[in-house]
Amino acid sequence: MSNYYESEDLKKFGDIGQHAKKLADGFFKYYGDVTGTDGALTKREKALIALAVSHAQKCPYCIDAYTTQCLETGSNPEQMMEAVHIAAAMQAGITLVHSVQMQNHLKKLVL
Amino acid sequence: MNAILPIKAFQEKARYGFEERLRRDGVRLPPLSIDTLQVNLTKLCNQVCRHCHVDAGPHRKEMLSPEGITKCREILERHPQITRLDLTGGAPELHPGFDAFVEAAVALGKHVMVRHNLTVQLDGNPQTKESKEYLPAFFARNRIEVISSLPYYQEYFTDAQRGSGVFRKSMQAMQRLNALGYGVAGSGLVLNLVYNPVGPYLPAAQAGLEADYKRELKDKFGLVFNGLYTITNMPINRFKLHLEKAGQLEPYMEKLLAAFNPAAAAGVMCRSLISVGHDGRIYDCDFNQMLEMDAVDAKRKKLTIFDFDFGRTLRRPIQFGDHCFGCTAGAGSSCGGATA
Repeated sequence: MSNYYESEDLKKFGDIGQHAKKLADGFFKYYGDVTGTDGALTKREKALIALAVSHAQKCPYCIDAYTTQCLETGSNPEQMMEAVHIAAAMQAGITLVHSVQMQNHLKKLVL
Repeated sequence: MNAILPIKAFQEKARYGFEERLRRDGVRLPPLSIDTLQVNLTKLCNQVCRHCHVDAGPHRKEMLSPEGITKCREILERHPQITRLDLTGGAPELHPGFDAFVEAAVALGKHVMVRHNLTVQLDGNPQTKESKEYLPAFFARNRIEVISSLPYYQEYFTDAQRGSGVFRKSMQAMQRLNALGYGVAGSGLVLNLVYNPVGPYLPAAQAGLEADYKRELKDKFGLVFNGLYTITNMPINRFKLHLEKAGQLEPYMEKLLAAFNPAAAAGVMCRSLISVGHDGRIYDCDFNQMLEMDAVDAKRKKLTIFDFDFGRTLRRPIQFGDHCFGCTAGAGSSCGGATA
Protein backbone atom coordinates (compact mmCIF):
# COMPACT_ATOMS: atom_id res chain seq x y z
CA MET A 1 0.00 0.00 0.00
CA SER A 2 1.45 3.35 -1.05
CA ASN A 3 -0.74 5.55 1.13
CA TYR A 4 -2.21 5.36 4.61
CA TYR A 5 -5.61 6.51 3.29
CA GLU A 6 -7.14 4.76 0.27
CA SER A 7 -10.63 5.82 -0.83
CA GLU A 8 -11.40 2.18 -1.65
CA ASP A 9 -10.92 1.35 2.03
CA LEU A 10 -14.14 3.15 2.96
CA LYS A 11 -16.00 0.13 1.62
CA LYS A 12 -14.16 -2.00 4.19
CA PHE A 13 -15.64 -0.10 7.12
CA GLY A 14 -17.88 -3.09 7.81
CA ASP A 15 -14.78 -5.23 8.29
CA ILE A 16 -14.19 -3.73 11.73
CA GLY A 17 -16.43 -6.57 12.88
CA GLN A 18 -13.58 -8.98 12.30
CA HIS A 19 -12.41 -10.21 15.71
CA ALA A 20 -15.07 -8.14 17.51
CA LYS A 21 -18.39 -8.74 15.78
CA LYS A 22 -20.66 -8.08 18.74
CA LEU A 23 -19.07 -4.73 19.43
CA ALA A 24 -19.15 -3.75 15.74
CA ASP A 25 -22.80 -4.76 15.41
CA GLY A 26 -23.61 -2.62 18.41
CA PHE A 27 -21.67 0.29 17.00
CA PHE A 28 -23.30 0.10 13.55
CA LYS A 29 -26.77 -0.11 15.05
CA TYR A 30 -26.04 2.96 17.17
CA TYR A 31 -24.42 4.75 14.22
CA GLY A 32 -27.42 4.04 11.99
CA ASP A 33 -29.90 5.11 14.64
CA VAL A 34 -28.05 8.38 15.22
CA THR A 35 -27.19 9.42 11.66
CA GLY A 36 -29.59 7.56 9.39
CA THR A 37 -32.98 8.67 10.63
CA ASP A 38 -34.94 11.86 11.11
CA GLY A 39 -35.26 12.60 14.83
CA ALA A 40 -35.29 15.85 16.75
CA LEU A 41 -32.78 16.81 14.05
CA THR A 42 -33.44 16.07 10.40
CA LYS A 43 -31.12 13.80 8.41
CA ARG A 44 -30.09 16.92 6.52
CA GLU A 45 -29.05 18.71 9.73
CA LYS A 46 -27.27 15.61 10.99
CA ALA A 47 -25.32 15.29 7.74
CA LEU A 48 -24.14 18.91 7.99
CA ILE A 49 -22.98 18.36 11.58
CA ALA A 50 -21.20 15.17 10.50
CA LEU A 51 -19.54 17.04 7.65
CA ALA A 52 -18.23 19.66 10.08
CA VAL A 53 -16.97 16.99 12.49
CA SER A 54 -15.33 15.15 9.56
CA HIS A 55 -13.26 18.24 8.85
CA ALA A 56 -12.47 18.94 12.48
CA GLN A 57 -11.31 15.34 12.88
CA LYS A 58 -9.60 15.44 9.45
CA CYS A 59 -11.10 12.15 8.27
CA PRO A 60 -10.94 11.87 4.45
CA TYR A 61 -13.32 8.88 4.44
CA CYS A 62 -15.92 10.86 6.37
CA ILE A 63 -15.44 13.97 4.22
CA ASP A 64 -16.18 11.95 1.06
CA ALA A 65 -19.11 10.13 2.63
CA TYR A 66 -20.75 13.20 4.16
CA THR A 67 -20.21 15.44 1.13
CA THR A 68 -22.36 12.92 -0.75
CA GLN A 69 -24.77 12.51 2.17
CA CYS A 70 -25.23 16.29 2.41
CA LEU A 71 -26.18 16.46 -1.27
CA GLU A 72 -28.47 13.43 -0.97
CA THR A 73 -30.29 15.04 1.93
CA GLY A 74 -30.74 18.33 0.10
CA SER A 75 -28.02 20.66 1.36
CA ASN A 76 -26.44 23.04 -1.10
CA PRO A 77 -22.70 23.85 -1.43
CA GLU A 78 -23.06 27.16 0.44
CA GLN A 79 -24.59 25.42 3.44
CA MET A 80 -21.90 22.74 3.33
CA MET A 81 -19.11 25.31 3.23
CA GLU A 82 -20.66 27.20 6.14
CA ALA A 83 -20.70 23.97 8.13
CA VAL A 84 -16.95 23.60 7.51
CA HIS A 85 -16.44 27.20 8.62
CA ILE A 86 -18.20 26.38 11.88
CA ALA A 87 -15.68 23.59 12.42
CA ALA A 88 -12.83 25.98 11.54
CA ALA A 89 -14.16 28.78 13.78
CA MET A 90 -14.65 26.37 16.67
CA GLN A 91 -11.12 25.07 16.28
CA ALA A 92 -9.73 28.62 16.16
CA GLY A 93 -11.79 29.56 19.20
CA ILE A 94 -10.69 26.46 21.08
CA THR A 95 -7.05 27.31 20.35
CA LEU A 96 -7.48 30.94 21.35
CA VAL A 97 -9.46 30.28 24.52
CA HIS A 98 -6.49 28.24 25.74
CA SER A 99 -4.51 31.47 25.80
CA VAL A 100 -6.38 32.22 29.02
CA GLN A 101 -4.48 29.28 30.51
CA MET A 102 -1.27 30.75 29.09
CA GLN A 103 -2.08 34.16 30.60
CA ASN A 104 -2.95 32.63 33.96
CA HIS A 105 0.38 30.85 34.06
CA LEU A 106 2.17 33.92 32.79
CA LYS A 107 0.81 35.88 35.74
CA LYS A 108 2.11 33.20 38.12
CA LEU A 109 5.55 33.54 36.61
CA VAL A 110 5.65 37.30 37.04
CA LEU A 111 6.70 37.67 40.66
CA MET B 1 -17.03 20.41 -24.62
CA ASN B 2 -17.02 16.75 -23.79
CA ALA B 3 -19.19 14.17 -25.46
CA ILE B 4 -21.11 16.36 -27.88
CA LEU B 5 -20.90 13.69 -30.55
CA PRO B 6 -23.74 11.19 -30.64
CA ILE B 7 -22.85 8.05 -28.77
CA LYS B 8 -23.99 4.87 -30.40
CA ALA B 9 -26.45 3.18 -28.16
CA PHE B 10 -25.52 -0.33 -27.20
CA GLN B 11 -26.96 -3.01 -25.03
CA GLU B 12 -24.56 -4.54 -22.62
CA LYS B 13 -24.87 -7.97 -21.23
CA ALA B 14 -26.62 -7.64 -17.89
CA ARG B 15 -23.93 -7.52 -15.22
CA TYR B 16 -25.94 -6.50 -12.23
CA GLY B 17 -28.96 -8.78 -12.59
CA PHE B 18 -32.00 -6.51 -12.37
CA GLU B 19 -34.46 -9.24 -13.28
CA GLU B 20 -32.78 -11.64 -10.87
CA ARG B 21 -33.21 -9.02 -8.16
CA LEU B 22 -36.92 -8.71 -8.98
CA ARG B 23 -37.30 -12.49 -8.73
CA ARG B 24 -35.40 -12.64 -5.45
CA ASP B 25 -37.66 -9.96 -3.96
CA GLY B 26 -40.80 -11.52 -5.41
CA VAL B 27 -41.56 -8.40 -7.46
CA ARG B 28 -43.56 -8.86 -10.66
CA LEU B 29 -43.90 -5.88 -12.99
CA PRO B 30 -46.37 -6.54 -15.80
CA PRO B 31 -47.89 -3.51 -17.57
CA LEU B 32 -50.93 -2.13 -15.74
CA SER B 33 -52.27 0.19 -18.43
CA ILE B 34 -51.27 2.43 -21.28
CA ASP B 35 -52.53 5.79 -20.16
CA THR B 36 -49.64 7.83 -21.55
CA LEU B 37 -48.22 7.99 -25.04
CA GLN B 38 -44.76 9.46 -24.68
CA VAL B 39 -43.31 10.56 -28.00
CA ASN B 40 -39.70 11.50 -28.53
CA LEU B 41 -40.18 13.89 -31.42
CA THR B 42 -36.53 14.74 -32.12
CA LYS B 43 -33.01 14.45 -30.78
CA LEU B 44 -32.35 18.02 -31.89
CA CYS B 45 -31.79 20.33 -28.91
CA ASN B 46 -30.40 23.81 -28.33
CA GLN B 47 -28.52 22.51 -25.28
CA VAL B 48 -25.86 19.87 -24.65
CA CYS B 49 -26.34 18.61 -21.10
CA ARG B 50 -23.83 16.36 -19.38
CA HIS B 51 -26.46 14.03 -17.99
CA CYS B 52 -28.56 13.74 -21.18
CA HIS B 53 -29.55 10.12 -21.78
CA VAL B 54 -30.71 11.03 -25.29
CA ASP B 55 -27.31 12.44 -26.28
CA ALA B 56 -29.33 15.31 -27.74
CA GLY B 57 -27.69 18.43 -29.15
CA PRO B 58 -27.76 21.16 -31.80
CA HIS B 59 -26.40 18.90 -34.55
CA ARG B 60 -28.82 16.00 -34.20
CA LYS B 61 -31.20 15.52 -37.12
CA GLU B 62 -33.47 12.64 -36.03
CA MET B 63 -37.15 13.61 -36.32
CA LEU B 64 -40.42 11.69 -36.24
CA SER B 65 -41.73 11.67 -39.82
CA PRO B 66 -45.05 13.31 -40.83
CA GLU B 67 -46.41 9.75 -41.29
CA GLY B 68 -45.30 8.96 -37.77
CA ILE B 69 -47.08 12.02 -36.38
CA THR B 70 -50.24 11.07 -38.27
CA LYS B 71 -50.04 7.55 -36.86
CA CYS B 72 -49.65 8.85 -33.30
CA ARG B 73 -52.67 11.10 -33.79
CA GLU B 74 -54.68 8.10 -35.00
CA ILE B 75 -53.62 6.06 -31.99
CA LEU B 76 -54.71 8.86 -29.66
CA GLU B 77 -58.01 9.22 -31.48
CA ARG B 78 -58.85 5.52 -31.49
CA HIS B 79 -57.91 4.82 -27.89
CA PRO B 80 -59.73 6.79 -25.20
CA GLN B 81 -57.75 4.72 -22.64
CA ILE B 82 -54.70 6.78 -23.64
CA THR B 83 -55.54 10.04 -21.94
CA ARG B 84 -52.13 11.72 -21.89
CA LEU B 85 -49.61 12.76 -24.52
CA ASP B 86 -46.10 13.40 -23.20
CA LEU B 87 -43.86 15.14 -25.72
CA THR B 88 -40.13 14.91 -25.24
CA GLY B 89 -36.87 15.09 -27.14
CA GLY B 90 -34.30 16.73 -27.51
CA ALA B 91 -36.33 19.86 -27.43
CA PRO B 92 -39.67 18.63 -28.83
CA GLU B 93 -40.67 22.17 -29.81
CA LEU B 94 -37.96 22.08 -32.49
CA HIS B 95 -39.89 19.48 -34.49
CA PRO B 96 -41.59 21.31 -37.39
CA GLY B 97 -44.85 19.44 -36.72
CA PHE B 98 -44.88 20.18 -32.98
CA ASP B 99 -47.52 22.92 -32.95
CA ALA B 100 -49.99 21.08 -35.16
CA PHE B 101 -49.53 17.83 -33.22
CA VAL B 102 -50.19 19.58 -29.91
CA GLU B 103 -53.29 21.31 -31.26
CA ALA B 104 -54.63 18.03 -32.67
CA ALA B 105 -54.09 16.19 -29.37
CA VAL B 106 -55.77 19.00 -27.44
CA ALA B 107 -58.71 18.90 -29.86
CA LEU B 108 -59.02 15.19 -29.07
CA GLY B 109 -59.36 16.09 -25.40
CA LYS B 110 -55.99 14.65 -24.39
CA HIS B 111 -53.91 16.03 -21.55
CA VAL B 112 -50.73 17.24 -23.24
CA MET B 113 -47.42 17.56 -21.41
CA VAL B 114 -44.32 19.11 -22.93
CA ARG B 115 -40.80 18.48 -21.64
CA HIS B 116 -39.71 22.07 -22.14
CA ASN B 117 -36.06 22.93 -21.39
CA LEU B 118 -36.90 26.64 -20.83
CA THR B 119 -33.94 28.03 -22.79
CA VAL B 120 -35.31 27.01 -26.19
CA GLN B 121 -37.77 29.91 -25.82
CA LEU B 122 -34.84 32.29 -26.01
CA ASP B 123 -32.30 30.33 -28.07
CA GLY B 124 -34.65 29.31 -30.86
CA ASN B 125 -33.82 26.57 -33.35
CA PRO B 126 -30.03 26.10 -33.54
CA GLN B 127 -30.22 24.81 -37.10
CA THR B 128 -32.82 27.04 -38.77
CA LYS B 129 -32.47 30.01 -36.37
CA GLU B 130 -36.27 30.12 -36.15
CA SER B 131 -37.42 32.06 -33.08
CA LYS B 132 -39.31 30.16 -30.39
CA GLU B 133 -40.29 33.16 -28.29
CA TYR B 134 -43.96 32.47 -28.98
CA LEU B 135 -43.90 29.21 -27.01
CA PRO B 136 -45.23 30.45 -23.63
CA ALA B 137 -48.27 32.01 -25.33
CA PHE B 138 -48.77 28.86 -27.43
CA PHE B 139 -48.57 26.66 -24.33
CA ALA B 140 -51.03 28.87 -22.45
CA ARG B 141 -53.49 29.04 -25.35
CA ASN B 142 -53.57 25.22 -25.50
CA ARG B 143 -53.39 24.85 -21.71
CA ILE B 144 -50.41 22.53 -22.00
CA GLU B 145 -48.74 21.20 -18.85
CA VAL B 146 -45.15 22.41 -18.97
CA ILE B 147 -42.48 20.23 -17.34
CA SER B 148 -39.08 21.87 -17.24
CA SER B 149 -35.68 20.64 -16.18
CA LEU B 150 -33.95 22.89 -13.71
CA PRO B 151 -31.18 20.83 -12.12
CA TYR B 152 -30.89 23.19 -9.16
CA TYR B 153 -32.17 26.43 -7.69
CA GLN B 154 -28.65 27.84 -7.85
CA GLU B 155 -26.44 28.72 -10.78
CA TYR B 156 -23.43 26.60 -9.83
CA PHE B 157 -24.96 23.13 -10.30
CA THR B 158 -27.30 24.15 -13.10
CA ASP B 159 -24.60 25.60 -15.32
CA ALA B 160 -22.20 22.76 -14.49
CA GLN B 161 -24.72 20.33 -15.91
CA ARG B 162 -26.46 22.26 -18.67
CA GLY B 163 -23.85 24.76 -19.81
CA SER B 164 -22.66 28.23 -18.96
CA GLY B 165 -25.42 30.84 -18.79
CA VAL B 166 -28.27 28.30 -18.75
CA PHE B 167 -29.38 29.15 -15.21
CA ARG B 168 -29.86 32.86 -15.87
CA LYS B 169 -31.62 32.13 -19.13
CA SER B 170 -33.86 29.61 -17.38
CA MET B 171 -34.86 32.26 -14.82
CA GLN B 172 -35.74 34.61 -17.67
CA ALA B 173 -37.82 31.91 -19.39
CA MET B 174 -39.64 31.08 -16.14
CA GLN B 175 -40.47 34.77 -15.72
CA ARG B 176 -42.10 34.72 -19.15
CA LEU B 177 -44.14 31.62 -18.21
CA ASN B 178 -45.14 33.09 -14.83
CA ALA B 179 -46.25 36.29 -16.55
CA LEU B 180 -48.86 34.27 -18.46
CA GLY B 181 -50.04 32.53 -15.31
CA TYR B 182 -47.92 29.37 -15.44
CA GLY B 183 -47.26 28.12 -11.92
CA VAL B 184 -49.53 30.80 -10.46
CA ALA B 185 -52.16 29.47 -8.02
CA GLY B 186 -55.64 29.49 -9.46
CA SER B 187 -54.58 29.93 -13.08
CA GLY B 188 -54.95 26.27 -13.99
CA LEU B 189 -51.72 26.56 -15.96
CA VAL B 190 -49.29 23.99 -14.60
CA LEU B 191 -45.54 24.44 -14.53
CA ASN B 192 -43.64 21.58 -12.93
CA LEU B 193 -39.87 21.51 -12.53
CA VAL B 194 -37.51 18.57 -12.71
CA TYR B 195 -34.46 18.13 -10.47
CA ASN B 196 -31.74 15.63 -11.15
CA PRO B 197 -28.41 15.31 -9.35
CA VAL B 198 -25.37 16.75 -11.09
CA GLY B 199 -23.31 13.66 -10.36
CA PRO B 200 -23.27 10.08 -9.11
CA TYR B 201 -25.55 10.44 -6.13
CA LEU B 202 -29.24 9.99 -5.42
CA PRO B 203 -31.77 12.83 -5.30
CA ALA B 204 -32.74 14.27 -1.94
CA ALA B 205 -36.31 13.69 -0.76
CA GLN B 206 -38.72 15.25 -3.26
CA ALA B 207 -40.93 17.13 -0.78
CA GLY B 208 -38.05 18.79 1.06
CA LEU B 209 -36.29 19.76 -2.12
CA GLU B 210 -39.51 21.17 -3.58
CA ALA B 211 -39.87 23.40 -0.51
CA ASP B 212 -36.26 24.59 -0.98
CA TYR B 213 -36.82 25.33 -4.67
CA LYS B 214 -40.04 27.24 -3.93
CA ARG B 215 -38.46 29.34 -1.19
CA GLU B 216 -35.25 30.13 -3.05
CA LEU B 217 -36.79 30.84 -6.47
CA LYS B 218 -39.47 33.03 -4.89
CA ASP B 219 -37.06 34.93 -2.61
CA LYS B 220 -34.27 35.44 -5.12
CA PHE B 221 -36.11 35.72 -8.44
CA GLY B 222 -39.81 36.19 -7.61
CA LEU B 223 -40.62 32.96 -9.48
CA VAL B 224 -43.34 30.39 -8.80
CA PHE B 225 -44.09 26.87 -10.00
CA ASN B 226 -46.39 24.00 -9.06
CA GLY B 227 -44.41 20.87 -8.21
CA LEU B 228 -40.91 19.44 -8.34
CA TYR B 229 -40.11 16.02 -9.75
CA THR B 230 -36.87 14.41 -8.57
CA ILE B 231 -35.30 12.14 -11.15
CA THR B 232 -32.30 9.83 -10.77
CA ASN B 233 -29.63 9.94 -13.46
CA MET B 234 -29.62 6.80 -15.56
CA PRO B 235 -26.25 5.10 -16.02
CA ILE B 236 -26.52 5.10 -19.80
CA ASN B 237 -25.12 6.99 -22.78
CA ARG B 238 -23.60 10.43 -22.09
CA PHE B 239 -23.91 10.26 -18.29
CA LYS B 240 -22.42 6.77 -18.33
CA LEU B 241 -19.49 8.04 -20.38
CA HIS B 242 -18.82 10.73 -17.78
CA LEU B 243 -19.07 8.15 -15.00
CA GLU B 244 -16.58 5.91 -16.77
CA LYS B 245 -14.16 8.79 -17.36
CA ALA B 246 -14.31 9.70 -13.68
CA GLY B 247 -13.95 6.07 -12.56
CA GLN B 248 -17.39 6.38 -10.97
CA LEU B 249 -19.48 3.89 -12.93
CA GLU B 250 -18.91 0.95 -10.60
CA PRO B 251 -19.45 2.94 -7.37
CA TYR B 252 -22.60 4.49 -8.86
CA MET B 253 -24.00 1.10 -9.84
CA GLU B 254 -23.19 -0.22 -6.36
CA LYS B 255 -25.07 2.74 -4.90
CA LEU B 256 -28.13 2.07 -7.07
CA LEU B 257 -28.08 -1.64 -6.24
CA ALA B 258 -27.73 -1.00 -2.52
CA ALA B 259 -30.68 1.40 -2.64
CA PHE B 260 -33.00 -1.01 -4.52
CA ASN B 261 -36.51 -0.45 -3.20
CA PRO B 262 -39.30 -2.91 -4.12
CA ALA B 263 -41.94 -0.27 -3.31
CA ALA B 264 -40.32 2.10 -5.80
CA ALA B 265 -40.16 -0.71 -8.37
CA ALA B 266 -43.92 -1.21 -8.17
CA GLY B 267 -44.46 2.34 -9.39
CA VAL B 268 -42.12 2.36 -12.39
CA MET B 269 -43.48 4.35 -15.31
CA CYS B 270 -43.08 1.57 -17.90
CA ARG B 271 -46.13 -0.08 -16.35
CA SER B 272 -48.41 2.70 -17.53
CA LEU B 273 -46.83 4.29 -20.61
CA ILE B 274 -45.23 3.48 -23.90
CA SER B 275 -42.44 5.45 -25.50
CA VAL B 276 -42.31 6.16 -29.23
CA GLY B 277 -39.05 6.81 -31.03
CA HIS B 278 -38.39 9.09 -33.97
CA ASP B 279 -38.66 6.11 -36.30
CA GLY B 280 -42.00 4.92 -34.93
CA ARG B 281 -40.59 2.02 -32.92
CA ILE B 282 -42.19 1.48 -29.52
CA TYR B 283 -40.24 1.08 -26.30
CA ASP B 284 -41.14 0.48 -22.67
CA CYS B 285 -39.61 3.82 -21.68
CA ASP B 286 -37.43 6.64 -22.98
CA PHE B 287 -34.31 5.02 -21.50
CA ASN B 288 -34.93 1.71 -23.27
CA GLN B 289 -35.47 3.75 -26.40
CA MET B 290 -32.03 5.30 -26.15
CA LEU B 291 -30.52 1.85 -25.60
CA GLU B 292 -32.51 0.57 -28.60
CA MET B 293 -34.19 -2.08 -26.47
CA ASP B 294 -37.39 -2.45 -28.46
CA ALA B 295 -40.67 -3.29 -26.79
CA VAL B 296 -41.84 -6.72 -27.93
CA ASP B 297 -45.11 -8.58 -27.77
CA ALA B 298 -45.63 -11.94 -26.09
CA LYS B 299 -44.22 -13.64 -29.22
CA ARG B 300 -41.09 -11.43 -29.13
CA LYS B 301 -42.21 -9.46 -32.20
CA LYS B 302 -41.05 -5.84 -32.10
CA LEU B 303 -43.79 -3.27 -31.61
CA THR B 304 -44.20 -0.14 -33.74
CA ILE B 305 -46.84 2.56 -34.07
CA PHE B 306 -47.42 1.48 -37.67
CA ASP B 307 -49.07 -1.80 -36.62
CA PHE B 308 -50.24 -0.67 -33.19
CA ASP B 309 -52.57 -2.96 -31.31
CA PHE B 310 -53.59 -1.86 -27.83
CA GLY B 311 -54.20 -5.32 -26.37
CA ARG B 312 -51.02 -6.82 -27.82
CA THR B 313 -49.02 -3.88 -26.44
CA LEU B 314 -50.66 -4.06 -23.02
CA ARG B 315 -49.85 -7.78 -22.73
CA ARG B 316 -46.17 -7.30 -23.60
CA PRO B 317 -43.41 -8.41 -21.24
CA ILE B 318 -41.54 -5.24 -20.21
CA GLN B 319 -37.85 -5.32 -21.19
CA PHE B 320 -35.53 -4.71 -18.25
CA GLY B 321 -31.80 -4.04 -18.00
CA ASP B 322 -29.23 -2.96 -15.46
CA HIS B 323 -30.13 0.70 -15.99
CA CYS B 324 -33.55 -0.06 -14.44
CA PHE B 325 -31.83 0.03 -11.06
CA GLY B 326 -31.88 3.82 -11.61
CA CYS B 327 -35.69 3.87 -11.47
CA THR B 328 -35.93 1.62 -8.42
CA ALA B 329 -33.31 3.19 -6.13
CA GLY B 330 -34.35 4.98 -2.97
CA ALA B 331 -37.62 6.82 -3.41
CA GLY B 332 -37.74 5.72 -7.06
CA SER B 333 -37.60 7.75 -10.23
CA SER B 334 -39.87 8.34 -13.19
CA CYS B 335 -40.85 11.06 -15.62
CA GLY B 336 -43.28 12.11 -12.89
CA GLY B 337 -40.67 12.11 -10.14
CA ALA B 338 -40.40 9.82 -7.11
CA THR B 339 -42.49 6.64 -7.18
CA ALA B 340 -42.45 5.57 -3.53
